[in-house]
Amino acid sequence: MMKCEIILHINGERRSAVIRQADTLLMVIRYLGLTGAKPGCLNGDCGACTVLVNDTPIKSCMMLAIETVGQEITTIEGLRDTAIQRAFVEQFAFQCGYCTPGFVMNAYALTTQKPDADEETIRKWLESNICRCTSYHEIEQAVRSVLAQKKR
Amino acid sequence: MIPFDVAYYRPSTIEEAVQLFSSLEAKGKRPLYYGGGTEFITLARLGRAFADAVIDLKSLPECRILSVTAHELTFGAAVSLTAIEEANSFPLLTKAAREVADRTARNQITLGGNICGRIFYHEAVLPFLLADSRVVIAGKEGINERSIHEVFQQYMHLSPSQFLVQVKVDAAYSNLPHAHTKRRQQGNTGYPLVTVAALKKDGKLRVAFSGVCPFPFRSLEIEERLNRTLPLGARIASVIEALPSPVLDDIEGSAKYRLFVLKHALLDVITALEGES
Ligand SMILES: Cc1cc2nc3c(=O)[nH]c(=O)nc-3n(C[C@H](O)[C@H](O)[C@@H](O)COP(=O)(O)OP(=O)(O)OC[C@H]3O[C@@H](n4cnc5c(N)ncnc54)[C@H](O)[C@@H]3O)c2cc1C
Ligand code: FES
Ligand code: FES
Repeated sequence: MMKCEIILHINGERRSAVIRQADTLLMVIRYLGLTGAKPGCLNGDCGACTVLVNDTPIKSCMMLAIETVGQEITTIEGLRDTAIQRAFVEQFAFQCGYCTPGFVMNAYALTTQKPDADEETIRKWLESNICRCTSYHEIEQAVRSVLAQKKR
Repeated sequence: MIPFDVAYYRPSTIEEAVQLFSSLEAKGKRPLYYGGGTEFITLARLGRAFADAVIDLKSLPECRILSVTAHELTFGAAVSLTAIEEANSFPLLTKAAREVADRTARNQITLGGNICGRIFYHEAVLPFLLADSRVVIAGKEGINERSIHEVFQQYMHLSPSQFLVQVKVDAAYSNLPHAHTKRRQQGNTGYPLVTVAALKKDGKLRVAFSGVCPFPFRSLEIEERLNRTLPLGARIASVIEALPSPVLDDIEGSAKYRLFVLKHALLDVITALEGES
């Protein structure tokens, strides 16, 4: 097996990992103990594995870890007491919680980068994630509540 | 997990990328050009794609261009579908791109990957077929610009050592009346049952399809039938008779259902454009 050492910038820290070049980013961050990003479909469909790469939401099951060398990776562990996290709690936007880290990462990017997002934009962004417990209404409410706070 | 080893390369010039391909091949390796990686990674995990080296095109400046001049729009093959949507320089392409997969996936899926990949819908190619675009291709023979119609016939006819660098469109196409509709089996993401894209140029309709047959297409015969002076229903019936292959019949939808959906999609697209001058 071809292994190599890489340095990743995750949540503001430099982390070293010995990887196969064929390893996905999802596998590597979980191997580093950052287990917030979840394996779901591993097929790009569910969004449970969503992290930010240079602030852009990415499905980490569909990206090689080695591609992200030199880029800034943010996982759910890197978000602390943000408005969207509080809104998820206040709006009861989860049940089992498996999809939550992926949804939060996507919703965090949406609410910070598109503060003027209209309903169509919210719908388009949130379509990237699946919630088997069908908390969709509450998740949308959480997003809307953060956007409303920003507009105040 | 990808069940085999892959070496990752990220060249910074076109020449380096082509050279890398040749030298890896000469060493008995099976290299593959790599855009967003979404298709390669998902198919490799299932044992349906193999490469022992990938050559990432995302650092090639020519592949990252997204430019507009008075005469021409240029779309780099390594630009993501999201970037194309946000630039909105060719509104019909924006509409086609923003219906592929979902927003997060589109942050990664590249134009080149959508057009050249193995998943056969290639929805982003439809506007380029309608706009008689030109494609810039790099390979061992150097860099060449060709009509998209020569290269894209059901799929991109590239040799393994060639890759798509850019797609170019005359700027005049960006302002033409157009319509686009994508009908899925269910939900708002995922593959089409039927996608129809249309442009109106010099008073004539042009149409291209994905999901109807096992390849995307634009057909001059279909356009001739669509532009006849006959009632709309008769024209649509005549179009159905001229489809280039049997209609897709798979788990997404039976052939009969796809035909039903196609008729309605065509009706909507034509109705939207017939009033336009
Ligand atoms: C979750 C998901 C949903 C999808 N939904 C849709 C959909 O609704 N509609 C639709 O049309 N498609 C859809 N697709 C297919 C998709 O658009 C393509 O398969 C895309 O994923 C490939 O883009 P990529 O940049 O990630 O390509 P990669 O995975 O990097 O490459 C895919 C293939 O294309 C080749 N390639 C990539 N770039 C170039 C280039 N510049 N020149 C030559 N060859 C190149 C590679 O060698 C490889 O064989 C979907 C894919 C996924 C994963
Ligand atoms: S695990 Fe990545 S999209 Fe489902
Ligand atoms: S809360 Fe259970 S999957 Fe979403």
